[in-house]
Amino acid sequence: MTSRATHMLAAVIGVTLLGAAPALAQGIDAVFDQYFGYATGWFVNIIFYTFNIFGYDFPWIVGWLVIGALVFTIYFGFVQFKMVPHAIALVKGDYSDPNDAGEVSHFQALATALSGTVGLGNIAGVAVAVGIGGPGATFWMILAGLLGMASKFTECTLGVKYRNEYEDGTVSGGPMYYMTKGFAERGLPGGKFLGVMFAIFCILGSWGGGNMFQSNQAHAQLSNVIGEYPGWITGVIFAGIVFLVIIGGLKSIASVTEKVVPFMGVLYVGTALIIILMNLNMIGTAFGQIFSGAFTESGIAGGAIGALIQGFRRAAFSNEAGVGSAAIAHSAVRTKEPITEGFVSLLEPFIDTVVVCTMTALVIVITGQLVTDPATGLFVLDEAGEAIKTLDGSSGVALTSAAFSSSFSWFRYVLVIAVVLFAFSTMISWSYYGLKAWTYLFGEGRTKEMIYKLLFCFFVFLGATIQLGSVLDFSDAAIFAMAVVNIIALYFLMPIVKAELTSYVSRLRSGEITKFA
Amino acid sequence: MSRKIVVGFDGSEAAHRALEFATGRAKAQGDSIVVAHVLEWSPYSFLTPNELEERHKRRNEELSRAETAILAPVVAKVEAAGVSVTAVLKYGHIAETLVQITKDENAALIMIGRMGHSGLSSRIFGSVAGTLAQVAPVPVTIVP
Repeated sequence: MTSRATHMLAAVIGVTLLGAAPALAQGIDAVFDQYFGYATGWFVNIIFYTFNIFGYDFPWIVGWLVIGALVFTIYFGFVQFKMVPHAIALVKGDYSDPNDAGEVSHFQALATALSGTVGLGNIAGVAVAVGIGGPGATFWMILAGLLGMASKFTECTLGVKYRNEYEDGTVSGGPMYYMTKGFAERGLPGGKFLGVMFAIFCILGSWGGGNMFQSNQAHAQLSNVIGEYPGWITGVIFAGIVFLVIIGGLKSIASVTEKVVPFMGVLYVGTALIIILMNLNMIGTAFGQIFSGAFTESGIAGGAIGALIQGFRRAAFSNEAGVGSAAIAHSAVRTKEPITEGFVSLLEPFIDTVVVCTMTALVIVITGQLVTDPATGLFVLDEAGEAIKTLDGSSGVALTSAAFSSSFSWFRYVLVIAVVLFAFSTMISWSYYGLKAWTYLFGEGRTKEMIYKLLFCFFVFLGATIQLGSVLDFSDAAIFAMAVVNIIALYFLMPIVKAELTSYVSRLRSGEITKFA
Repeated sequence: MSRKIVVGFDGSEAAHRALEFATGRAKAQGDSIVVAHVLEWSPYSFLTPNELEERHKRRNEELSRAETAILAPVVAKVEAAGVSVTAVLKYGHIAETLVQITKDENAALIMIGRMGHSGLSSRIFGSVAGTLAQVAPVPVTIVP
């Protein structure tokens, strides 16, 4: 190469770099965010499209989930209220054959599914709902949780009924299998198409909401307590641990998490109860605010309808009823009656939403984090006019943290451990859900599974490292897209569940199905 | 009159001693022996999604391993000594399951070895021998 050419090349590179400098200053993240937004914005817009009710924007997907839950509730004759005692007896093992000891019990299937759903939605999501929708959101959240129990019941019964049992004794189940096999059994077309669509959305959801969102929020909470530090540090550590578990086969980490998460859940609810008892004189006021806020104007943006939207939305985000993810987790149980797992699974939204989410909401309300105007009794909005003003101006997980810390200052450290563990267990669960969808599409095989797992680890890293609004929107949208496909399938397959229910209940009444002594 | 003796057998040194002791007694009195191996299991433990998926497979593997590696050799040994013997393999809480097996088999005696743990660990977690001594429906012989 001549020296002249070298100079020219250097000049060209120099100019290029100069030209690129503003883009670099703007940040690769922002550029990526922008293009990712262009590519996926239409999809996000479809899923979160809002229509107008009485002058309020109502996201159709929230309506879709709640209407689905309402249909299943009525169709199955309020199964979520009638069968709760039986569900508890099943979880206790009263109906389990002692000769099946050593197989997956109802309790274990429920516990594993719960550790996938109890997560940041219960801690951060509820704070967002109450912050925007006011205490009244709690009422609607509980109602949506109670209705969601019927959706879980439907999908988990089908998940067990149409699972694949392989010769080596392993099982695979989930919506993609009941879509394919259930539709074929009923002579309906399109089962395979729905199954493929579901699997695609499930993979995307497992990288997004079940992964990037979790590591992102865990980093946010960590830096909130320890002080700001670069996200890539959290990203590398998290991705490393996830790598060890899902690729390195280091099962002990996952096992430890599975054991610690229920303990953290109990600690969280227990502390919330103590705080509520300490503020017992406020309980009347708190419930008053919850009920009046659910139906009347209480000064929040959007009034009672705003409270309803927030409450419904958070419940759906948190307990995943109708999304189809739980059907994958529940399908490994050892039972001759698929419907028994349906009964057990209906406890899941109850524990997740009606108990855990409600505790978060009650603690925020009862400790008086939300600022009211003493003259009118109405809530005061913050500067932006979108959320209620809080005592220290915090929102999301920081608001929950502030509420708990107002009684026990050390609780913020417990909360950060809880957030990290919940995030981690949710990631482990979703890595499994996504992998099941992946093998459904591409078949099983070491290399194929390795590609998925490596991508999963990469997204853990990415989630903690960058703040990408559009990517997070997209991941939420993917999880809700699962619900669109899944609930369509549930409508077509619900007569099968009904037949199972009728048969089981009549055998239970006649005494054909009895407890083991 | 022929009675059944349930021997709790986990493959340990102590369990071998208990089984030898039981064999001697059975031979002298014309009793038969039930070799009971219990795989520690709680239906209330917490498992990962992967463990759930593979549980049935693992259970079959664990059962066949216990059958061939632990039970089969000692059953043959007891038979060789001229004592009538059967084997039972179950999952569950060890002491409770031994009691259940005793009831199911309508056995007259339980014999077990003693691991010799003392102090803190058995105070916290309890020992099989200690629990059996309290809950067993038949006389229990603990072989040191």
